[in-house]
Amino acid sequence: MSTTTVGAGAGIGTSPLRPDGTLKVTGEFAFSSDLWADRMLWGATLRSPHPRARIVGIDLTGAVATTGVHAVLTAEDVPGKKLYGLEHADQPVLAMGQVRYAGEPVAIVAADHPETARRAAAAIVVEYEVLPPITDPVAAIDAEETVHDRGNLLRHVPIRKGSLEATAPVVVTGEYEVGMQDQAFLGPESGLAIPAEDGGVDLFIATQWLHGDLGQVADCLGLPPSKVRLSLAGVGGAFGGREDVSMQVHACMLALHTGRPVKMVYSREESFHGHVHRHPARMWYEHGADLDGRLVYVKARIVLDGGAYASTSMAVVANATTLGVGPYKVPNVVVDGYAVYTNNPPCGAMRGFGAVQACFAYESQMDKLAAALGLDPVDVRVRNALEPGDTMPTGQVVHGPAPVADLLDRVRAAAPPAQRGDDLRELPGGVANTTHGEGVRRGVGYGIGIKNVGFSEGFDDYSTARVRLEVVGGEPAAVVHTAAAEVGQGLVTIQAQIVRTELGVEQVTVATADTTVGSAGSSSASRQTYVTGGAVKAACEAVRAAVLRRAGRDDVTLRGGRLVTEGGEVVADLVDVLGDRPIEETVEWRHKPTHPLDPRTGQGDAHVQYAFAAHRATVDVDVELGLVRVVEIATAQDVGRALHPQSVRGQIAGGTAQGLGLAVMEEIQVVDGLIRNPSFTDYLIPTILDVPPMRIDVLELGDPSAPYGLRGVGEPPTISSTPAIVAAIRAATGLALNRVPVRPEHLTGT
Amino acid sequence: MEFLRPSTWDEALAAKAEHPDAVPIAGGTDVMVELNFDRRRPPALLDLTRVASLADWAADGDRLRIGAGVTYRRIIDELGGRLPGLAMAARTVGSPQIRNRGTVGGNLGSASPAGDAHPPLLATGAEVEIGSVRGVRTVAVADFFQGPKRSVLAPDELIAAFLVPAATGPQQFAKVGTRNAMVIAVCSFALALDPQRRTIGTGIGSAGPTPLRATEAEALAAELPWEGKTLPDTIVQRFGELVGAAARPIDDVRGSAAYRRHALAVLGGRTLRWAWEEHRCA
Ligand SMILES: Cc1cc2nc3c(=O)[nH]c(=O)nc-3n(C[C@H](O)[C@H](O)[C@H](O)COP(=O)(O)OP(=O)(O)OC[C@H]3O[C@@H](n4cnc5c(N)ncnc54)[C@H](O)[C@@H]3O)c2cc1C
Repeated sequence: MSTTTVGAGAGIGTSPLRPDGTLKVTGEFAFSSDLWADRMLWGATLRSPHPRARIVGIDLTGAVATTGVHAVLTAEDVPGKKLYGLEHADQPVLAMGQVRYAGEPVAIVAADHPETARRAAAAIVVEYEVLPPITDPVAAIDAEETVHDRGNLLRHVPIRKGSLEATAPVVVTGEYEVGMQDQAFLGPESGLAIPAEDGGVDLFIATQWLHGDLGQVADCLGLPPSKVRLSLAGVGGAFGGREDVSMQVHACMLALHTGRPVKMVYSREESFHGHVHRHPARMWYEHGADLDGRLVYVKARIVLDGGAYASTSMAVVANATTLGVGPYKVPNVVVDGYAVYTNNPPCGAMRGFGAVQACFAYESQMDKLAAALGLDPVDVRVRNALEPGDTMPTGQVVHGPAPVADLLDRVRAAAPPAQRGDDLRELPGGVANTTHGEGVRRGVGYGIGIKNVGFSEGFDDYSTARVRLEVVGGEPAAVVHTAAAEVGQGLVTIQAQIVRTELGVEQVTVATADTTVGSAGSSSASRQTYVTGGAVKAACEAVRAAVLRRAGRDDVTLRGGRLVTEGGEVVADLVDVLGDRPIEETVEWRHKPTHPLDPRTGQGDAHVQYAFAAHRATVDVDVELGLVRVVEIATAQDVGRALHPQSVRGQIAGGTAQGLGLAVMEEIQVVDGLIRNPSFTDYLIPTILDVPPMRIDVLELGDPSAPYGLRGVGEPPTISSTPAIVAAIRAATGLALNRVPVRPEHLTGT
Repeated sequence: MEFLRPSTWDEALAAKAEHPDAVPIAGGTDVMVELNFDRRRPPALLDLTRVASLADWAADGDRLRIGAGVTYRRIIDELGGRLPGLAMAARTVGSPQIRNRGTVGGNLGSASPAGDAHPPLLATGAEVEIGSVRGVRTVAVADFFQGPKRSVLAPDELIAAFLVPAATGPQQFAKVGTRNAMVIAVCSFALALDPQRRTIGTGIGSAGPTPLRATEAEALAAELPWEGKTLPDTIVQRFGELVGAAARPIDDVRGSAAYRRHALAVLGGRTLRWAWEEHRCA
């Protein structure tokens, strides 16, 4: 077992150096694509070029005849279940008789060289009967043509609160659209499958959820879960894009078939076709308010394009819908959310998970409302701000701090950025020298968002932690072992900090995440520090209780390797209590249960915890060329308790940057079901010259029901930065702008 | 794949004559991308980085002869004063890493309509010096491009250098991209004023099958108040319109044809004003 030892001497609330930090910056970090094994073969995937077609025939001859090829497999060779999926198994491991999106895997090849494998895959001849793709999600809802047998509606979530007939003196309406965003994580999909002597397989994989993969991989291989062992390999980043299975089953099939280790590594272009994206959304909103700007009702219809397979669409649409009016008090709510099958690329989890799309719409509406009433946009928001004890549209009462008004006040009060100077780098267009000030107008905009933390709607959301305390080289030392995926968020460091704080030992080792310990759940939904952090804390408490039992005391804590009374008296050395008998405890830890939504009214305590962030964006827009420079972002977020303050700021800055990307550049352009820009040449993400300085105001208000009072951090910053930036662009240009990303031609009208 | 490594220009020409399907590689910032993406698998690569003469530049009368292997970084550092337009364009290329390796010769070799060096070379009336075992020929940059990624280079030819007059007046380059760095031009425009000869040179990038000149806009030179007077808005506007009209853009993932025309009109007007301001104050 490989392990990681984390910088000494730092408990929670401090910012010890993360073990992967220097390695990543110096290019020495071993990503999953760097894995290697003796006698290893390389896998490659043949994908459908068509978004919708029947497969008339597959001729493997050319591939099989290629020298160096060891296996060519199709759907017939899938040993177990032929379908998989996170919530609903509807996705074929390899296409069966038809393809439903461009990029769908049809056949896989193993060869002794990656290029041989690619060439052999290209030598497979698939005869398709091409069908017209279903690509408009709105029309698809009740279209006769269907993507699957069951109809195109994946899920409809209705929310009904208060009166359905409420009216108001001030009404604003709007139609909004969000484009398809990509996670654009570092390190495309990759992993190494090694066949084992017991007929099983060991898979080293970059993933977000080892046990989520385990269940699906074992099912599809037709193996008992005990014969499929997964270990986390170096992950570049995830943002939701690694929650679904990609090459996991394929690599294992090839390894089991050939009896040799098989490695698969997607190229960036393949990666764009190989994982789910953020759902494109169409949204219709109507807000009714009284003359003081207090909301009377919100009516909305949200349509999410789920693409060809279900993935997590059912949960994404529940989020978009239940969080669909934002962090506001709204007495009357009628919201309908729809997730729809089309022949577009499948969509699923991405940072913000449905909350992003809705926030762009409801925050745009709040600005419209402010304009209709002649009120300041922040005042309108503050006037309607959710407070502790208020109820959400689902009827769920908001417990614990909900500093919505406070966050808004903070970003509004932050000092404004300086006026721009003459340096080209401070102008829209930068050194590309498009303006020396001509046409440049400044605008300021605000946004606030709400996100649920953790899995919702009654999901049994738990994590497992094993903590062992023993004497190593005369010193007390702890090992913590979980299956929680470090995806770059800093979880390894957090686990060690918790152990240090709870057990008062310096030496803490974090074992590599694998499936020899119970599930940790997914590194998603801003949940892993909360849930796995909670499990590690609970396991430490169990270990501590065992130490105290052994020492025969119940009035001491563990500090500095000693048992210490409250008064500070040292009663024993941990080393002496432990002797040569380690103490190990494994604990499964759950947050408080959630409940399903009523399928007709959408009422129910579906969420665990709510998190909030607010943004103020200042932009300079060259209104003649339609070029935007985000000048500064001020943001405030309540994180409950910052276990690793530097990582918290990193999450806030990174999330804000990802929201900036959605606001002004990031979009997978899909035309007739085909991705037109599957590369970083044309799928643009912000560079350091696009990301402005940020003022980050971190509040630690403490949630009494969460471990250490913490609140999930990762997603909220992505949610409200997008509408804040678009509001700022509207302020600079006077344009309505109802679609993101905003492109130059939207601003110039050409 | 064969890897040919000539160490002199003559060896390079001989190798190219012997292996006409060998792909020359200079900085490799285009070639390696194509190889890595498996878009191209040439039977041979012809490495030009050991041919020292390609990395030289020198003044040749009032013209500069700049070796095909001179990088963007060196254009900025060593030639920024004499070729301000080209240096401005060089500054917008990729990232520091790309500017350290990428060359103008490679930009010409790729002959992409979006190549950022092309508009300033067009605007200054530069020429491309082409060599082969058959001899040397010189082609005006305006005649060098034949279509998207196609040039007049014959299979046995290599680009030796480009020849360009040192600036005789203000030059400008402006490039529209949808982010503030590391971006392929949605469209770009270069302008060179020559107050002695009373001419305007132009170059349009990324808005046609090849880089283009805006010849009708250039003809407005005759109407400019060269005697140090303020430029009337009407001329600026007209100039911009003619630049936009000279473009032959398409709709693609990077932008619409209509936007490109519009943006070029804006850039045309702005760059003319900036250059004129500099001319008046000179
Ligand atoms: C991340 C990134 C960003 C980029 N950004 C930009 C940008 O902003 N603007 C831009 O214009 N380009 C950009 N490029 C493209 C590239 O950097 C430029 O086209 C560069 O000028 C190529 O020069 P090179 O020396 O690397 O050429 P190479 O890749 O070595 O060669 C390019 C082509 O020219 C041919 N060639 C090279 N030398 C000769 C010669 N002497 N004779 C005949 N043929 C020759 C090669 O065979 C090949 O076809 C970018 C590339 C990357 C990877």
